[in-house]
Amino acid sequence: MFSRPKVSASSRLAKLRRALGAVRLPLHDPLAIIGLGIYAFFIVMAVFAPLIATHDPNEILFTSEFALAADLTPGTDGYILGTTTLGRDIFSQIVWGARSALLIGLTAAFMVALIGSIVGIVAGYFGGWVDMVLMRLADVAFGIPFLPFVIVLAAFLEPSIWNVVIAMALVLWRDTGRVIRSQTLTLRNRVYVEAARVSGSSDFKIILRHIAPNVLPLSFLYGSIAIGWAILTEASISFLGFGDPDSISWGYMLQDAFASQALSKGSYYWFVPPGFLIILIVSAGFFITRGYEQILFPKLDR
Amino acid sequence: MKAITVICARLLQTAFVLLAVITILFFMFRLMPGSPLAAYIDPNFTPEQQATLMARFGLDQPLWKQYLIYLRNLLQGDLGESFFYRQSVAERVLALLPNTLILTFTSLIVAYIFGVLAGAYLAWKRGSVVEQICLPLVLTTRAMPEFWLGMLLLAVFSFSLGWFPAGGTREPGAEYGSIWALYASADFWRHMALPVLTLAIYSQGLPLLLMRSNMMDVMREDFVTMARIKGLSTFSVVIRHAARNALLPVMTSFAIAVGYQIQGNVVVETVFSWPGLGRELVRAVQTADYPLAQGAFLMIAVVVILMNLVADLLYAALDPRVTRD
Repeated sequence: MFSRPKVSASSRLAKLRRALGAVRLPLHDPLAIIGLGIYAFFIVMAVFAPLIATHDPNEILFTSEFALAADLTPGTDGYILGTTTLGRDIFSQIVWGARSALLIGLTAAFMVALIGSIVGIVAGYFGGWVDMVLMRLADVAFGIPFLPFVIVLAAFLEPSIWNVVIAMALVLWRDTGRVIRSQTLTLRNRVYVEAARVSGSSDFKIILRHIAPNVLPLSFLYGSIAIGWAILTEASISFLGFGDPDSISWGYMLQDAFASQALSKGSYYWFVPPGFLIILIVSAGFFITRGYEQILFPKLDR
Repeated sequence: MKAITVICARLLQTAFVLLAVITILFFMFRLMPGSPLAAYIDPNFTPEQQATLMARFGLDQPLWKQYLIYLRNLLQGDLGESFFYRQSVAERVLALLPNTLILTFTSLIVAYIFGVLAGAYLAWKRGSVVEQICLPLVLTTRAMPEFWLGMLLLAVFSFSLGWFPAGGTREPGAEYGSIWALYASADFWRHMALPVLTLAIYSQGLPLLLMRSNMMDVMREDFVTMARIKGLSTFSVVIRHAARNALLPVMTSFAIAVGYQIQGNVVVETVFSWPGLGRELVRAVQTADYPLAQGAFLMIAVVVILMNLVADLLYAALDPRVTRD
């Protein structure tokens, strides 16, 4: 009688360790370490944005002669990256942009991974008509052009940074869902799952104890891909003018630059940095993903 | 027999997805804020025009009846009237489709030729310094916002150097008898150069990475080892034996790439003022031209769904295991 709780406690510990092992950082791959370093950099930038930014990103600035501080080149009057046509500080906008990028990227990725995993596990585990219905839903989601869908949704809803997250949650679970489903299909027929079923464990318990911990690494992999997608999508939507006008994002900066003829004026200092940072944060995600792939599929490690 | 069953199942599935997307589109535009009439009737239409459209789309009927009328009109190719152009949406959308398709296909063909060659080369050079530099670079091109790449190319090659025009499909004032005459003109190709380059740089990563990993798989197969043992040159082994077999799955991905590209075109067409479906969708949504927005969305969705079907069928044709399931 006394040994039972002890065993389950230690097995719980083992399970916890295994779950943590699944989400362990891919520190064996140099590229993945670079990616993690880039993420650390952006997290610091986002958290300490008010301290790092030299100006209020929305404030319209004036020169010492009380003229609008418009289109100043980098370095002029202490504006590190210069100013926009409307006299706003570009450097401060860049710094604050990291906040919206991380916020949108992480929430959207979490939603996509969560919904995709639940759909995949339920479809794969229960099979039959449940599987049939969920996979036909995935087919439909594959038939929806994603960016046009976000545009229409953003136009109908109030302008908000969450529109991208909602749209991703509605459509992009499809890839994760299919992969997790096929993973669940192979797990369902494993001996230990069979044993748990025979010994009378409920479906819920089997899913929670035996299936979910084993698909977690895959959910993580797909989640880390989704971060990049979310940031790119937000940038596209803001660039097209369907973003949240009250929040500073890198996509919004690019739209502002494009609409203010920054291209023909040759104001590279205005539109190059936001794009460069988007590339940096999204490719950091790809680098980390590659590290995870090597943990999950060692065959690829050559 | 089995192949026919697979094809029929896929066709049925495609029809179902198409119907589902059309239904989603219908409800998305009906349930938007404001009057349900707003989806078809512009306040600036004359009372007679409004009455005609009311009758044509049954806007005074209950929702389920409207849905049936909408389906019937769709089958007859009737997508309503554009508020802005005062023209049939179907005509407008079909007139823009070729511009989008030619841009998409040209850029993807460029991307695939480059990607396949570079992918084979990188597979051959695996473990080398070249590979270690090139792979992160390729991943980086996948991380670029396409419209930003377009902005950069536009600023450098159009505004600074003046080598290429800044947007559109033709010089101002240039007239062509038909779209074929336009597509055959040097003027058109000069206008298309930058958008094609933008999309090609973005899309080459997929065929490149696919080709590379397929090549590495194929290179370890017995027949390649056999060819080596026979004493064939490395070049002959790589090109004649390995590349040929690695190529088929890459070609299948072309259809998928068309589907993805056509959704992504929205931003690039906007940057280059390219008169295609994507830019039209953005403009229609911005100006609340709902019938046109629905039409453009539907057209893009149809291309995506058809390309998914083509990819599925190609995949089934190339991989006998799929057929035997």
